[in-house]
Amino acid sequence: MAADPGSISAVKGGVGERLPHDSAHLHVCGRAFYTDDIPEPRGMLHAAIGQSKVAHARIARLDLNSVLTAPGVVAAMIAEDIPGKNNYGPVLEDDPIFAPGLVQYVGQPVFAVAAESYLQARRAVRRAEIDYEELTPILDIDTAVKANSFVLPSANMQQGNSKQALAKAKHRLQGRVHLGGQDQFYLEGHIALALPQEDGDMLVYSSTQHPGEVQHLVALALNKESKDVVVECRRMGGAFGGKESQPALFAAIAALFAQKTGRAVKLRLDRDDDMIITGKRHDYVIDYDVGFDERGQIQGIEFIFASRCGMSADLSGAVNDRTMFHCDNAYYLGDVNIVSHRCKTNTVSNTAFRGFGGPQGMFAIEHVVDEIARFLGKDPLDVRKVNFYGVGERDVTPYQQKVEDNIIHDIVARLEKSADYAQRRGQIRQFNANSRFLKKGIALTPVKFGISFTATHLNQAGALLNVYTDGTVHLNHGGTEMGQGLFTKVAQVVAEELQIDVDRIKITASDTSKVPNASATAASSGSDLNGKAAQAAARAIKDRLLGFAAGHFDVALEQVIMRNNMVYVGDKSMSFAELTKLAHFNRVSLSATGFYRTPEIHYDRKTFSGRPFFYYAYGAAVAEVIIDTLTGEYRLLRADILHDCGQSLNPAIDLGQIEGGFVQGMGWLTSETLWWNEAGELKTHAPSTYKIPVCSDFPVDFRVKILESGKNREDSIYRSKAVGEPPLMLAISVFHAIKDAIAGVVGYKWSPKLNAPATPEEVLTAVEEIRTRRVDQRRQAG
Amino acid sequence: MDNANTSPGDEIRFVVDDAIMTVRDIDPTRTILQYLREDLRYTGTKEGCAEGDCGACTIVLGELDDNEQLRLRAVNSCIQFLPTLDGRQLITVENLSPPGGPLHPVQQAMVDCHGSQCGFCTPGFVMSLFALYKSNSAPTRRDIDDALAGNLCRCTGYRPIIDAARKMYTYGTRAQSWLDHPFQRDARVSHEEQRLVEMLKSLQRNKLFQMDTAGVRFFAPTNLTELARLTAQHPDAQILAGGTDVGLWVTKQLTELNTIIYIGKVCELSRVAVADGYIEIGAGVTLTDAMPILVKHYQELEELFVRFASPPIRNAATLGGNIANGSPIGDSMPALISLGATIVLRNQDKSREIALEDFYIDYQKNDRQPGEVVVKVRIPLPRPEQHVRSYKITKRFDQDISSVCGAFSMTLEDDTVAQIKICYGGVAAIPQRAIACEQALLGKRWSESTVREAMRTLQRDFQPITDMRASSRYRSTVARNLLYKFFLETSGFARLETRVYCHGR
Repeated sequence: MAADPGSISAVKGGVGERLPHDSAHLHVCGRAFYTDDIPEPRGMLHAAIGQSKVAHARIARLDLNSVLTAPGVVAAMIAEDIPGKNNYGPVLEDDPIFAPGLVQYVGQPVFAVAAESYLQARRAVRRAEIDYEELTPILDIDTAVKANSFVLPSANMQQGNSKQALAKAKHRLQGRVHLGGQDQFYLEGHIALALPQEDGDMLVYSSTQHPGEVQHLVALALNKESKDVVVECRRMGGAFGGKESQPALFAAIAALFAQKTGRAVKLRLDRDDDMIITGKRHDYVIDYDVGFDERGQIQGIEFIFASRCGMSADLSGAVNDRTMFHCDNAYYLGDVNIVSHRCKTNTVSNTAFRGFGGPQGMFAIEHVVDEIARFLGKDPLDVRKVNFYGVGERDVTPYQQKVEDNIIHDIVARLEKSADYAQRRGQIRQFNANSRFLKKGIALTPVKFGISFTATHLNQAGALLNVYTDGTVHLNHGGTEMGQGLFTKVAQVVAEELQIDVDRIKITASDTSKVPNASATAASSGSDLNGKAAQAAARAIKDRLLGFAAGHFDVALEQVIMRNNMVYVGDKSMSFAELTKLAHFNRVSLSATGFYRTPEIHYDRKTFSGRPFFYYAYGAAVAEVIIDTLTGEYRLLRADILHDCGQSLNPAIDLGQIEGGFVQGMGWLTSETLWWNEAGELKTHAPSTYKIPVCSDFPVDFRVKILESGKNREDSIYRSKAVGEPPLMLAISVFHAIKDAIAGVVGYKWSPKLNAPATPEEVLTAVEEIRTRRVDQRRQAG
Repeated sequence: MDNANTSPGDEIRFVVDDAIMTVRDIDPTRTILQYLREDLRYTGTKEGCAEGDCGACTIVLGELDDNEQLRLRAVNSCIQFLPTLDGRQLITVENLSPPGGPLHPVQQAMVDCHGSQCGFCTPGFVMSLFALYKSNSAPTRRDIDDALAGNLCRCTGYRPIIDAARKMYTYGTRAQSWLDHPFQRDARVSHEEQRLVEMLKSLQRNKLFQMDTAGVRFFAPTNLTELARLTAQHPDAQILAGGTDVGLWVTKQLTELNTIIYIGKVCELSRVAVADGYIEIGAGVTLTDAMPILVKHYQELEELFVRFASPPIRNAATLGGNIANGSPIGDSMPALISLGATIVLRNQDKSREIALEDFYIDYQKNDRQPGEVVVKVRIPLPRPEQHVRSYKITKRFDQDISSVCGAFSMTLEDDTVAQIKICYGGVAAIPQRAIACEQALLGKRWSESTVREAMRTLQRDFQPITDMRASSRYRSTVARNLLYKFFLETSGFARLETRVYCHGR
């Protein structure tokens, strides 16, 4: 007897449910397998990398004799030994696996060894004898710009006539701000395990956000074809962009040794080597020239961005483009001229990191807006508001995309109220008037972040769904799991579509032999793209099953309904499993692929115009800090966040992205410093010297909310919004709260000169500088 | 003992999975983590940094305390040599719940609070939380921050883990084993626990433990007599205490040690006492055990010690090791020197006591003679009218190495500086007193103008270097400002707020 399908409760683990991460129960027991935990094949070798000790040199002599005779060493390899292409560069072929005679940064791989044990391999590489003919290195951005040393041509984005706008503006400010880089500091370092297969094929387990690219580049290095290599990744122990383009290097070395020795080979990087060899978030020098009116509304602006790309192009083109796309943040900038230099330096090649250049652009404009406010003696929030993109007016970005989904006014208004911004700002001013050495500061900053890969062709995804006759499902798609909960969310989509409990769905490792040519899991696009692809696969299966049931039981298609693990066919009902079994007996295919391409986007890189983004994600944060003006130390006292996830696929997971992104962004702008010495050696290459936030840095008073009314106006997966990257930039509020506190030292008369990261040293330097300015001013006046 | 003896020596015996495990023929510098992951194939415990700074490798060690009760403490397995496990119980994340079985309350709380994202740091967090669960029945936020100070998470931002640290106590009585029972003061010792205590008792040694395998000799003497004989026979041996620095030489610099003398089992060195006006701390006493007595007498040092490394490090590292190691940025020395601490060095049966400040000669060079061992630290008890402060300045509050550490001890008589010792770390090649500055203050009235004058003299005392932690300029400025801060905190401005550390906690 059929129940009324409308009254049936929802499936377990459907869309919108606060489901825990699919691997949480394994994580907490240590039973989730990372690449290093996969049971090791017999006779497996361990590889280690011999690195350049100098920043820029020709290799005059490379003698590996004592390496080869070291205990346990089975093989060594240099550039000339690579049977295929000596390259792992994703865009240009300028990233050699082993330096071919020219080394371009300290730490660059020159050779590698494979040995019986991890320790033997690491000990052996230190025995190499390398003579260098040193060349002059370029180690910083300014030197690179002066020397016209670029990895890619400079780019220019224009709207209107910025010169004219600046000349006409009532007020004008010019300045420069420095912005430091950031190491991804995933807890699991880079690793690859290569297993030789029959007929010269290769299976590689790689900790990678981009298995398809690893497959492709490994094949080229081995002088094989893509069909000969399979790459698999069940999960990564964090990635954050650091495993987008770089894993191919380590996978290639492991595979090259596996090919050479016929044995399985693992390459696991020690933490220091990982931080020295692999790229980070780009650091920037930012120059600006802005014109504005008496309300602080920007009439025109010119930016010159110069970023440290390191020794090769890697993903720097797209990273720097995204800086240009985000130097408006949520503001209408009027007439604009943006110049972007992609500097080539003799340092490690910088790469993707959550936000992918966007945070740097956003940091730049937030700095400018804050400077305008302090120049005019206004509350920075008021100046922010007068510059927000309008609704129906002042809504075209410098790249000619119309901002159609603007909700920043609403978000900021709500947050300003719920966080008691105005009242607290008054209290802080009072506190500062009475506190000689400790000062407090507060700031509210908005986020508007464009969602889609700016390279349009990357906005596609595939999925594979196999249904078995017991009604369970094998789910695979091109996305990778790095902790962000993608696999959980996509499984929720399938559970919802097929109306079966999520525990009937097996989430499986990313595998290049199941879904081909997948884009990197990056640009916050994971759920948007793979969710839609899996939905398409599920709908294909569902349509087949519905059609079959209608025909088989001779009812109208509309009378077949799937709901909560059951299928209602006219007046009959059966379980989903029963239907799949019946379908199989009637020779209906229970396997389907799904494909998705993001609609509506288009973009012309030559003119920097079009619609690169499908939609925007929005958010805002208020931070309150206290600083010690004698030491520069500070603490975050309270943070309030309101963030837009559209209609969240999983509010618990999205909340984790918001909070985690915020704290990671706070690390970027406060305690995380990359420091190179004069020889170009990175000296902050381990957690003992590189300080990411710890538990006590998380504020006791933390009030975070997902925007309840959120709904994507575009047809995204269940009207949700991407949430991977945008929350990182909420932490710009912390930086500006610190700056506000420093301004409190001189009664808000001047604007502090604060660069990022705002380490205690940077804060104290700014405090001393602003005090000196006051003394000078008084001297002049007196 | 016979030097020519090439027998592999004793077996390492410890408890794992509630049973006694014996290991022989193993390189004594093999770490517990390597042993776990590569030999036992217990891959739940992770390597994140191999230097004791990220906590992914956190395990819990059980050992007998002075009252022969089981005491559980978290340590970093990545830098602990396997022979130091001898006589102890090893608890890993795999031990907390059976495969596929019900989760431990700590684990369940982490799942329920969404405390894992990528999951790689999670086993380490679980073990640190487990150590907290078994040592504190109602932790405050500050207790939680402290318990987790040695664990890095890059995904969550910590909020859900903090929540889990509270929620883990709420799962009631579905306890499966003694591991599931939260800490309760004066609780009855369960049969299971008592069985473990007996097992551990049976593993205790009263004479020298030695190994000679893979070209490495490892000795663990149990008393001063054995230690004296060994140091005489092996004057160049590496002395090992907590191993939180020596461990890194092996995992990071790939140093090959020949002979190691581990002092963690020497009974005379594990004592803490107050005698003859001094606090005496044996060289084998961990920072965890040294802290309470120091803070009891010098409350002003609490912040310094809470911010000294992290619990898994403090549970292994010793005050004696921090001193003997003599790093210019070691955290304990400035405070101890300012308090007038002395150390006792012993060479066979000869002892000598010197002022701690005289122990340091130059960068990584000290006055320890071959065969000599630091056996204890002596710290004078507080004097009346003594003002003591220490300041640790870092990029990050918890678990960071000081860019500058300043310590001050002063006695005022009628508002005049009668005695003063000022010592800084991070501004010279060794922890060093600011003699010129002290002279500028001694005998003067404790006033702003005197202090301002003295601040200027600091540039004669120190010319700090620039490195990745801070610039020379910052170090100089902060050194001056810390003196000023000391003045503010010990003069009429006493009610003025001068520290941000406690804010928002």
